[in-house]
Amino acid sequence: MGTIYQELVDIVDAEHVSDRPEELYIYSFDLGTAEPHRPDYVVAPRMTQQVQEIMRLANREKVPVVPLGGGLSLAGLAVPLKGGILIDLKRMDSIIEVNEKARYAVLECGVSQAQLTSYLARQHPGLTHSEPGAPPTATIAGNVLIHGQGDLAQPYGFNSDLVNGLEVVLPTGEVCRFGSCAIGVSWFTNHPLPDMGLFFGWCGTTGIVTKLSIRLFPAKRLRGVGQFVVDDEELVPEIMEKITRTQMAEDVIAYSRAIPPFGMGLQHFTVNIAADSEKELEFKQELIWDDALGEYISRGVGGYLGFTRGLERPQISKTSDYKKGGGFEYVGSVMPIEKYPLCYRRGREISEKHDIPYTVTGRCIGAGHSMMFAWTYAFNRADPETMRQARQALHETDDLVLELGGVIWKPGTYGQQLIIERLDPGTRELMRRIKAVLDPGGIMNPGNWEGI
Amino acid sequence: MYALQFDETKCLDCHDQDCLTKCWYVEIDPNGVREEMLKIARGEDSFVLRECVTCYGCEEYCPTGNHPFFLIVERQEAFGIQPVPSPLVQRAVNLGLPFRGEPEIKQTNGPVLNMAAFSELTPLIQGRLFEGLPVISTDGRKMFHYFCQLMYLHYGKSSVIKERLPGIIDTIARHKPTEVICFHDECYGTYTSYCPAVGIDVPFTPVHFFEYLYNRLMELKHLIRPVGLNVAYQRPCSSRLSPEKHRFVGEIFRLIGAREVEREFVGENALCCGGTIQGQRRQGSRKRAAAIQDKNIDDMKKAGAEVCVFNCPACLQTLGGMLAREGIRPVYMSDLCRLAIGETPAGWR
Repeated sequence: MGTIYQELVDIVDAEHVSDRPEELYIYSFDLGTAEPHRPDYVVAPRMTQQVQEIMRLANREKVPVVPLGGGLSLAGLAVPLKGGILIDLKRMDSIIEVNEKARYAVLECGVSQAQLTSYLARQHPGLTHSEPGAPPTATIAGNVLIHGQGDLAQPYGFNSDLVNGLEVVLPTGEVCRFGSCAIGVSWFTNHPLPDMGLFFGWCGTTGIVTKLSIRLFPAKRLRGVGQFVVDDEELVPEIMEKITRTQMAEDVIAYSRAIPPFGMGLQHFTVNIAADSEKELEFKQELIWDDALGEYISRGVGGYLGFTRGLERPQISKTSDYKKGGGFEYVGSVMPIEKYPLCYRRGREISEKHDIPYTVTGRCIGAGHSMMFAWTYAFNRADPETMRQARQALHETDDLVLELGGVIWKPGTYGQQLIIERLDPGTRELMRRIKAVLDPGGIMNPGNWEGI
Repeated sequence: MYALQFDETKCLDCHDQDCLTKCWYVEIDPNGVREEMLKIARGEDSFVLRECVTCYGCEEYCPTGNHPFFLIVERQEAFGIQPVPSPLVQRAVNLGLPFRGEPEIKQTNGPVLNMAAFSELTPLIQGRLFEGLPVISTDGRKMFHYFCQLMYLHYGKSSVIKERLPGIIDTIARHKPTEVICFHDECYGTYTSYCPAVGIDVPFTPVHFFEYLYNRLMELKHLIRPVGLNVAYQRPCSSRLSPEKHRFVGEIFRLIGAREVEREFVGENALCCGGTIQGQRRQGSRKRAAAIQDKNIDDMKKAGAEVCVFNCPACLQTLGGMLAREGIRPVYMSDLCRLAIGETPAGWR
């Protein structure tokens, strides 16, 4: 038996294993405010079998393992808090199957959002997936595992609701499959087998997803974005309700921000509408702008800003450019839509207290069943004081989410602890047992969900 | 404080009342125009204040240069009659706020081209037409220091213009320009029409962009090869403030060998792009704007236009995609001129 480094080389190859300080440094931080921690090794496997062997090695040596997709959670979820082996999964990037009739795609875990978007546009232009508006290198699997949402969230819900099946390597090295693929048929459904929700929301502490099947949806020929604006945040929940009632939108987002100044104190809606014909497009627009929202226009309290063909993905990251230094992190939450006015006002207070221009965004999930509400804080990467301020604002916002009756989305370690403190004791005990069964050595992404 | 100089006696003596009888959008009995305008002049309410779509047309139609549109906007504000819903007003007022530091002032002591609030359109001022011409407002983060503010006429907010415009003029003047070539003709209309009307001093000589292009093309005449395209022109609302410069559209087309198609909605009869109308408070404004746009584009198609030439970026943003889908290519005048002298504008294929 050789060193861990040599064994990793034997499993993968020398080109895709490193313990060089300059490379470990790159993997020691994400783009948010989390404190950096270096891994001891970085390895980039190409296939499931290699992931299995790495897990067996780590389990035998009791070395921490941190799985990494695009590394864009911003919440520090893939920062190796206790060192160990960081498994960079980006090389596992095959698009294995696209089924046009049953509308699903089977992907390896390293497939990125941009990769699937461009592949579908070229090879299957009639299909699309729920694209989260994350940077192009964010992975599909990473987004699904943190319960991400995309630009089809309004009709179809969270991306984790759109999974047909998983292949997972357990911390002890076994491979398991979930969904219809588990009985040897195609990856077309996750139903009606027993629920196996052991991996979503666990922050990589229960296993490594190596393949997944996601649902695809019709890509309409015409897509565009209409905008509406109100100055009273109290109107946002009822407007969301009216838009979702039409069932004509693909994505409904409300936002407000201090910079650039046009949005300051106002609530903007972006509403994605898609159609296969001009007739369908006008029909949908009429229902939304004229029938559902016309009363706000004639009362003078809501304004229609026009409709633009083509989709510009929402990018919260643009916020980071409005203040010197290019850094930003946000607290996301899953929240009842009726809380929007409070979320906006309280978030704005936190931002102003910390001298950070405020940015808030609420994306409707499902037919108004909830929203993902995010508070974004910009900081200067070269200025530790602004990072400290942003970190403090983020923690206060985590507290706020729970105070307002929401759930923190993709919580960092601070938010995880807040949730653990409030967890139903029975649930907490069940989670502890599941974790103990799946990861007896406690090697998976330690520091996350610690103390359950 | 700056105040609009409106001469009521000109309306009393007016035989034509073209200001409203020629209006495409306000439905009014021609016999009632004088009375409505006098009501407005006297500071009384009038249905015209609610019906106005803020197309600027009456500024051109008025035979006495009495500024009926400026007056309508003053009264809209006085009566709290907002042509668009209040969130759109607030958004527009916020939009013009500079937010990324002070402008860098370089003294030119000569002519300058002012990009105003369109810094991102500097690709439109490339090539020999603009060689050696100093340009101000090229930094998108600071462009609102050069924003003429006249847009607020669409929002019933003369007060914002009067409050901010002197500072904008001062910023431009600090560059010590002799002449300011206005990339956007709304700026030209501001400095040559609005400022004199309300008593704001302009310490430089504004030059209309098309006049500059025409003169420069004359200097480069030896390079011109006829473009041979059938063109329509989308006249922007603000050109109603400088109708005497509208002739340069035809003169440029003749100079560069572009054939202006014969249309119904041309010159004084030009239709609004609809960008402002679609967001107005009146019920049905979105459809009303769409109907105007359809009428306008149909007219271009029937006339055989291959290209629609724009002056105003907002008009192009509103109509460009629709025209392209109908097979009519949207293009800025400066790009068309570049084509004529053998240059290839960005994106032209």
